[in-house]
Parts: sequence; C-alpha cells; structure tokens
Amino acid sequence: MAEFLQQLINGLALGAIYALIALGYTMVYGVLRFINFAHGDVFMLGAFAGYYLAPLVNRCLPAQSYLGGAIVLVLAMLICAVLGMLIEFLAYRPLRNRPKLTVLITAIGVSLFIEYSCQHEAIFGAAPRKFPDLIPTTAWHFWGLVLSSNQVIVLATTLLLLGGLSYIVKRTRIGTAMRAVAFNEQAAALMGVNINSIISFTFALGSALAAAGGILFAMNYASIEPLMGVQTGLKAFIAAVFGGIGNLPGAALGGGILGVIETYAGGIPGLSNYRDGIAFAILILVLLFRPAGLLGKQQTEKV
Amino acid sequence: MKTQPMKTIFRNLSGQHALPTALALVSLLIAGCNKPASDQGDSSGGVIKIGEFASLTGKDATFGVSSHEGTVMAIEEINAAGGVLGRKLELLTEDNQCKAGETATVVNKLIARDNVVAMLGEVASSRSLEAAPICQANKIPMISPSSTNPKVTETGDYIFRVCFIDPFQGTVMANFATKTLKAKRVAVLTDVKSDYSKGLAKFFKERFVANGGEIVTELDYNGGDKDFKGQLTAIKAANPDGIFVPGYYTECALISIQARQLGITVPLFGGDGWESEKLFEIGGPAVEGCYLSTHYSPAVGSELSKKFVENYKKRWNGKTPDALAACGYDSALVLADAIRRAGSTEGQKIRDAIAATKSFPAVTGAITINEKRDATKSAVILKIKDGKYEYLETVGP
Repeated sequence: MAEFLQQLINGLALGAIYALIALGYTMVYGVLRFINFAHGDVFMLGAFAGYYLAPLVNRCLPAQSYLGGAIVLVLAMLICAVLGMLIEFLAYRPLRNRPKLTVLITAIGVSLFIEYSCQHEAIFGAAPRKFPDLIPTTAWHFWGLVLSSNQVIVLATTLLLLGGLSYIVKRTRIGTAMRAVAFNEQAAALMGVNINSIISFTFALGSALAAAGGILFAMNYASIEPLMGVQTGLKAFIAAVFGGIGNLPGAALGGGILGVIETYAGGIPGLSNYRDGIAFAILILVLLFRPAGLLGKQQTEKV
Repeated sequence: MKTQPMKTIFRNLSGQHALPTALALVSLLIAGCNKPASDQGDSSGGVIKIGEFASLTGKDATFGVSSHEGTVMAIEEINAAGGVLGRKLELLTEDNQCKAGETATVVNKLIARDNVVAMLGEVASSRSLEAAPICQANKIPMISPSSTNPKVTETGDYIFRVCFIDPFQGTVMANFATKTLKAKRVAVLTDVKSDYSKGLAKFFKERFVANGGEIVTELDYNGGDKDFKGQLTAIKAANPDGIFVPGYYTECALISIQARQLGITVPLFGGDGWESEKLFEIGGPAVEGCYLSTHYSPAVGSELSKKFVENYKKRWNGKTPDALAACGYDSALVLADAIRRAGSTEGQKIRDAIAATKSFPAVTGAITINEKRDATKSAVILKIKDGKYEYLETVGP
C-alpha cells in the first residue's frame, strides 16, 4: 500500500510538469490549430535561463532562498515569453496564411534549429550540467511515505499557474479576445480584435508556462542538457492529446494521468523497459477510440 | 576601376605561388583517393595516420575526453621519442557526440577520406560496436581502449581491446557484493539502451546467484531518462541490501540522488561507467558510500603508472588521470608497439602484430592479448568517499 501511494506521489509530481508543458501545446493549438513542436525546446531554454540566472540572483540574495527561487522562476518565464513571441514573429507569422502543414513542418525545423545550435560549444554545449539548488529542500516521512518539498512545490506551482491561466482565459478582456480568435479568426478581426497581438500573447503565455515547467523539472532532476526537451516535450504533447487538445483542464488531466501511468509502469519488473512505449501506445489508443481526447467534445469551446 | 581589386588579388596569389600549390594539392588528393589506405601509408614515407573516434561532447563526454587526453599524450610521447619506423604518428580525431549512428559516419570518413592505417576508440561499447564492422570490412585494425562488452571483439579478427571484459567485471562485482558488502539480496537496475549495461547486468546476476545471493528485483531504464522514482520506489519496497546499477555516470548520479530522496540508504554499486568527475558534480553527497569497479587507480601501480600520472598532470593542467585516460594511453602504446614490430603499416601485418602482443608493459598493468583479442587484466574496486575515489582493492583475473 505504501508503495502504491508513493508511486502516486511520484507520478503526480512528474505529471504536473507534463501538464505545465501540455498547457502550452494545447493553448497554441486552440488559437492557431497547429502544434508548436518547438515548445519542448522552449522548456529546455527555460531550464538554461534558470541555470544562468541563479548565480546572478544569488549575488543579491542568499543562495537557496524561496524568494530567490521565485525571482529566478519569474525572470526565466519572462525571458521565455519573449523568446516565444520572437519564434512566432520570425518563423510562424510570415506563414500565417499558408496551409497548416507548412507551419507544422516549420515548427519541426525551428525545434531542430534550437536543439542543435544549443549543442554548439559556443552556446550551451552538449554535456549535461548540474542545475543549481534554487531553494532549500526537505523531505517529510510519514506512514512509510516520503514527500519532498520539491514535489509539493511542483504540484502547488502547477495548480497555481493552471488557476491563473484559467482566470486569464475566462475572465479577462484579452482572454475573451483569445477565445474569440480561437472561435473565428476573421469574425474576431472584424470586431476589432488585433489578431497579431493576441497570437503573440498566446505564444508568450505558453512559453512562460514551458519555462516554469523547465525550472521545476530541473529542480527535481538536477542535470540539464540541450536535448532534455525532446522526450519531455513529446510526452507533454501526448498528455495534451490524451486530455483533448485545445482543452485546458484536459491538458492538466492528461499530464497527471500520463505521469502516474509512467511511474507505475517504471516500477513493474519486465514492464519498466517499456515505460515510454506505454505512453506512445496510449496516444495511439486515444486517437483510435476517442479522437477528441478525454475531455474533448465534438463542438468544444477552444481556449 | 572595378577590375582593379580583382587584378591585385590575382597578382598577389600568383606572386606567392598559391595557385600552383593549390593545383598540386588537388591532384595529390585525387591520386590519393584511388589508392587503398594501406599502400598509401607505405609508399608516402610521411606521417603514419591513426584514426580515433571519441565521444568528446554529449551525454557521456567525460569518458571520451579522458580517453582522448590519454591517447593524445601517448602519441606526443612516441613522436618526441622519434616516432615509429622513423616516421611520426598523426592522430586524426573525430567526435561522435555520443549519438547513435554518428560513429559509423565518422569512422567511414576516417577510413575513406583520411586513409588511416589503424583505428582507436571508444569507451562506450554500443558505439564501438558500430565502428567494429566497418573497420573489419575495410581490414583496418581497431583497438578499443575501454569497451568492455564481449561482443565488441567478437565482430572479427581485426578488432582488439586493451581492457578486461564484462564477464570478468560482472564477476568481480558479484564477488565483491557477496564477500565485502555481505549482501544477500540485491536489486539490479539496467540501462536497456546500452550493450555495456545489459552485458554487465547479465554476468553480475549469474555469478551473484551462483554465490548464493538473491536478485530481489530487476528493473530497467532508458539511457537519457531523468526520472527513476518509479523504479526506485519498487526497489525500496523489495528491501535489498544493495543496488547494482551498471550504467553511465549521468544517469547513475541522478539515480543516486533520487534513491536518497526516497530514503534508500543501502549502497549503490556499478562498473567503470561510474567513473567521472561529473558524477560528483551532479550527484554531490548522494553518491557518497557507493562503489565501482574499474581498470586502474592512480593510487596504486608500477613505476610506469606513477610516471604516467605525473606526466598527465603536467600535460593537462594538473588533472588527475582516471582509468579511461590510462586505457586511452595504453591503446595508443600497444598500437605503436605493434606497428614497430610489424615493420609496416599494412593492415594485415599490424593486425598480426597486435594479436601477438605479450606481457607488454602498460600503465594499467602488463597487457597480453588472448585468442579472443581481449586483454587479460586485473580490476580495481573504488569507494566514493568525501567527493573522491578511494582505492579499496585489486582483483586479479
């Protein structure tokens, strides 16, 4: 029983990170109807932003403080928000009126470009690095279970950001505009919505979430490298499809379930080998039996 | 006005004989391409080209860098002493970036375009296994400094190594677990993407069970994974006395951290894949009290070994050599010795000379190449203490 609950804790902490990244995929899809495959790389850039920011922040604040950690997190999110807007402006905006497939291929190109240029020695280099300990960590032991403060922070941050995102999308003017663009781009433009700035904002928001995911991931799994976003990004994409792409709570649910399934599979002898295979098998099954995903409906309201 | 700069450039070029030289070079290249590698080496009388493929960047880069530094130092020392057969050695190094598939590309390039007479490389068995069939097909002798999976030299009669193999390393660690750690119940966590890890796990299990031990659970991961909590939680529930992790340092460090986070206090132990400075950088206090087997320790050894440590520190800014650096050094020495004895740079003759290597005095101990083209050597066991490797014991072959 203790093992079962422990795996649940592990799985949810992992799933929370998938969920954060999945939110970015799903939001861009909701508004633009295309998969931004470079999203996983923005996640990686977020982790590296944290890596370089941490020593700077530590000059003014004592190392391993909650405030310092929060500042690093917010700054990295800002940097990645700008990067996300830049990627959209340079790579996707010129192709806005082209077929969706063109943009999709470009997204893969952008992803490969970021991954391989970052592996160059002059940028990050390919060797893994140790991510600094941003905040003090403790672990609580109870009923034979171990809960680390990092895991709690990951879950809390994810819930907080999910709440914030829902608020922005549902309650604010810009969120209403986003939903309008998602619903009908032309009609929204005719109603006076500035399409370009809304799309930029969507990318900024998604990329900021990816950066948060990157920092939380690096806090838990101390080594970072330029290809860290490939596998994690793919898993988050699966989580988004699993929950129903274009649907915000769906992405969070999908991430959580995927993290838990993966963790349980990892703990079963003979099956641990197929951990990633199981994740991809889920994607195929969902696409076969519920193409719209768990929470997706035929006529769902997108973002 | 417009043609003036062009003219000046042209005049400058021809004035320095750049154009004729370039033409001569091109014709040389074209002529060189048509000849088989070994012939060209003999007739040219210039340098002897030796290829090296190494993982200088990427996931397991410290392996490649250490091994490369050892190799470079050996080549420099040989050249300083006058070279081989009156000719200097030239080491051509290509980086495979730790990527699957990249090794085949760079090895083909070294053989086809650079016409190397022999090949050195690499640490990771999976990547040596990529290079071996290519070297075998081209009849280019290859010496792996530290790939321990038996399959590497089984590829063919042109493939050699100057280190021990996993059946030996696995046995050493199984005996260590039984006798020194007094472990009865051990969990095994294998990297299924690595031939090295799978081989080592298999031989460890066979011996450990034969010693009367019990493998309480066997779990797998994929090299490059970051999250091991699923596996480690299951291992914790199985309540072992020790965990055998035959992996590479990046994952081993993360596994150690997550094991400690989950409250697992028993020692983790593995093979030579653990040996890297990065293990301490990433793992920090979590790797304290873990054990590993490897080829060599600077703490013990012959006069030759002491001299090697001294020269290595001088050559590489005070860095202490690890086992992989020593193996890289030895691989180049064995190759140079074979070329000297062969009296030729022909592939076949070098091959025969390497195969005949007997009690060659090397840094990691005397090297004798056996009929399976492997070296029979002893292993050392190290303990991690205070962020350093501490020598524990030497186990004979």
